[in-house]
Amino acid sequence: MAEVSTGGAVFRACIGLIDVPEVGEYILLHAGFAIQRISEEEAAETLELLREIKDASNE
Amino acid sequence: MLQMNDRGIRYIDEYRDKVLIRKLVGLIRDSAHSGYTFMEVCGGHTAAIHRFGIPSLLPPGIKLISGPGCPVCVTGQTIIDKAVAYSRKQGFIIATFGDLMRVPGSLSALEKEKAAGADVRVVFSGLEALEIAKANPGRNIIFPGIGFETTAPGTAVTVKKANDAGLRNFFLLCSHKVMPPAMDSIINDGVNLDGFICPGHVAAITGSSVFEFIPGKYGLGCVIAGFEPVDLLQSVYMLVKQVNERSQSVEIQYTRAVTKKGNLLAKQLMKEVFEPCDSYWRGFGIIPLSGLRLRKEFECFDAEKVFPVKTAREVENQSCLCGEILRGLKTPSDCPLFSGVCNPLNPVGACMVSEEGTCNTHYKYAQ
Amino acid sequence: MNEIITLNHGSGYRLTHELIRDVFAKTFGMEGPLTDSAILGEQGYLLAFTTDAYVIDPLFFPGGDIGKLAVCGTVNDLAVSGAVPQNISASFIIEEGFPIDDLRKIVLSMAAEAIKAGVKIVTGDTKVVGRGKCDKLFITTSGTGLVAGEFAHISTAKNVKTGDRLIINGPVGNHAVAVLGARHEIEFRSQVTSDCAPLNSMISSVLAGCKSIHFMRDLTRGGLAVVLNELASMTGSNIVINEESVPVDDAVRGLCEILGFDPLYLANEGKVLIVAGGEEYEEVLDIMRKSPEGRDSEVIGEITAKKDGKVVLNALTGGKRILGVPSGLQLPRIC
Repeated sequence: MAEVSTGGAVFRACIGLIDVPEVGEYILLHAGFAIQRISEEEAAETLELLREIKDASNE
Repeated sequence: MLQMNDRGIRYIDEYRDKVLIRKLVGLIRDSAHSGYTFMEVCGGHTAAIHRFGIPSLLPPGIKLISGPGCPVCVTGQTIIDKAVAYSRKQGFIIATFGDLMRVPGSLSALEKEKAAGADVRVVFSGLEALEIAKANPGRNIIFPGIGFETTAPGTAVTVKKANDAGLRNFFLLCSHKVMPPAMDSIINDGVNLDGFICPGHVAAITGSSVFEFIPGKYGLGCVIAGFEPVDLLQSVYMLVKQVNERSQSVEIQYTRAVTKKGNLLAKQLMKEVFEPCDSYWRGFGIIPLSGLRLRKEFECFDAEKVFPVKTAREVENQSCLCGEILRGLKTPSDCPLFSGVCNPLNPVGACMVSEEGTCNTHYKYAQ
Repeated sequence: MNEIITLNHGSGYRLTHELIRDVFAKTFGMEGPLTDSAILGEQGYLLAFTTDAYVIDPLFFPGGDIGKLAVCGTVNDLAVSGAVPQNISASFIIEEGFPIDDLRKIVLSMAAEAIKAGVKIVTGDTKVVGRGKCDKLFITTSGTGLVAGEFAHISTAKNVKTGDRLIINGPVGNHAVAVLGARHEIEFRSQVTSDCAPLNSMISSVLAGCKSIHFMRDLTRGGLAVVLNELASMTGSNIVINEESVPVDDAVRGLCEILGFDPLYLANEGKVLIVAGGEEYEEVLDIMRKSPEGRDSEVIGEITAKKDGKVVLNALTGGKRILGVPSGLQLPRIC
């Protein structure tokens, strides 16, 4: 079991469905279970792509 | 105790950036040069689409319809009738997800039984139901397991933990379902669609590969979407492009959580505890191999095997159009029962039962 | 005195008198002989009169207890009607076995809140019932206050007009989350405390400083969305709310995201919706922000010209949706 925080509300989550995560990592929480780890690289890539869309449309 | 953050305010706010949203809406408007109909099959998507006012942002030519993505909506009355029957037995505790409390069975609902004195408790997780079992050794705890591939792994872990702890008073009333066979069934029966917004959390578990039959067999596009407004809009944009370019495939928009293979550990645990079976979907009838049941080794936790109860045959109201609405063929206003006989306080069919059902949402939000 | 309430305390005989004298009358500062009813009155004003019952579980929660809730609830019901709250009655139904120490804590809490709010608890009643016949403690409070004639329209909303702005005095949903956490039905921790507080001081500053207060109502069980719908229904007006302007604390937002709740529908105990004329709302906001209970006040929306009685939410995305009223209690959802 691990502790998970969303904006300051702290829940307990079972991490039996994922590889042991590190403190500070982000996970998907569903019905008391961590079901997936959030990929920081993928998130960064998507946001970068989206930022390009945002900036491109400014031209 | 490890400290981690979930999606958290951090992974929520960037995906709600107003400027980004406006730009994406602009891109969609520029690319959409005809009518498009896309179906989503996830209760979470239905809720997010309405909560964020997505229909009001999209150009009029793009229609988003709700398929059978809400496990509550498609849960037949038999499971409810069984849960109700158990709740009336001496010494039984029903520990259920909140979603099931108001679903009507043929005669009653769990909420009504609770009001009449039955011990029905809302839990947030199967593990809480386990704790109740440990704390009440003299009573039998029934945990109705509903949900798709997002929730089933958690139930698998719960059953394994019950087994490891040697618990003899914890039972699963299994009603888990899996998505792909239902999507196959919908398309096979004939739908008017241009593509699917695929369920992001189901896909986080299953991986994107399970949806490949949709473009493969039927030539319809799929985008696996996240749940924030930017996720949904980017997914719609990707689907419009697939239609325009005739490049239908399975694309992942929700890359931060979904991969091709999915969560291998979760899938392995599911396989260990469950096996596929035929399952009844409200509004559809029986869809082959669309459900999960406990394997023989875990039969001692199967409520229906240990405590067989007789229930009424599944009977659906003949005038109820839920089946067609769930397939995207009709809308709530087409149904003769809508908002009269069938309303949120007295739901008749699946689509009105859940807060995210198409008819329930239409009733509350449609202008 | 014994440490727990017994049925003898409800007998009407000596133990009853001792209980009233030692636990209630002394703490509430009631002087003189205790009579059946308290006679109150002043000429030329209208009398506002309200009553409420409090059955909350648990009795003690972060930010308050059932006693504080009772006093603040009644004070606020009077204040939002334009009244100056003055006198409160408090009747107690106590379950056999209830610890007197807890009763003292709750009564002290009520006395403290009454002093803060500038009201007096002038009369009351007490009954004891057998074990299991009530859930620990129920409190019913009634209250009176005088309303100046010029404020009598406020609770009717009949002066609400197009262009009026809607103001709320701070973040919503805190009370619901604090109580949910204290109930331990859902396992989570947070620093969120109930917003339970008397609002009469802030409201009287507003009424003293502004001429165009057209409506006030305090938010309780159904949350902000229910009060907005009530207002729309009473006036037939269309109300537009800006989702981004509605203050919500991060921890409340986080909990709602996880459990599938909507903060606009969560319970509050220290929040008031004030509708102020378009020409004056900035002054109203200034005055509210000077009060501790109004520090985080925000303008959240306005009354528009359309007459369809609907509440429209401008979503944070730039899209729109209708804010309706759900059929029953929000239950935590997984799907």
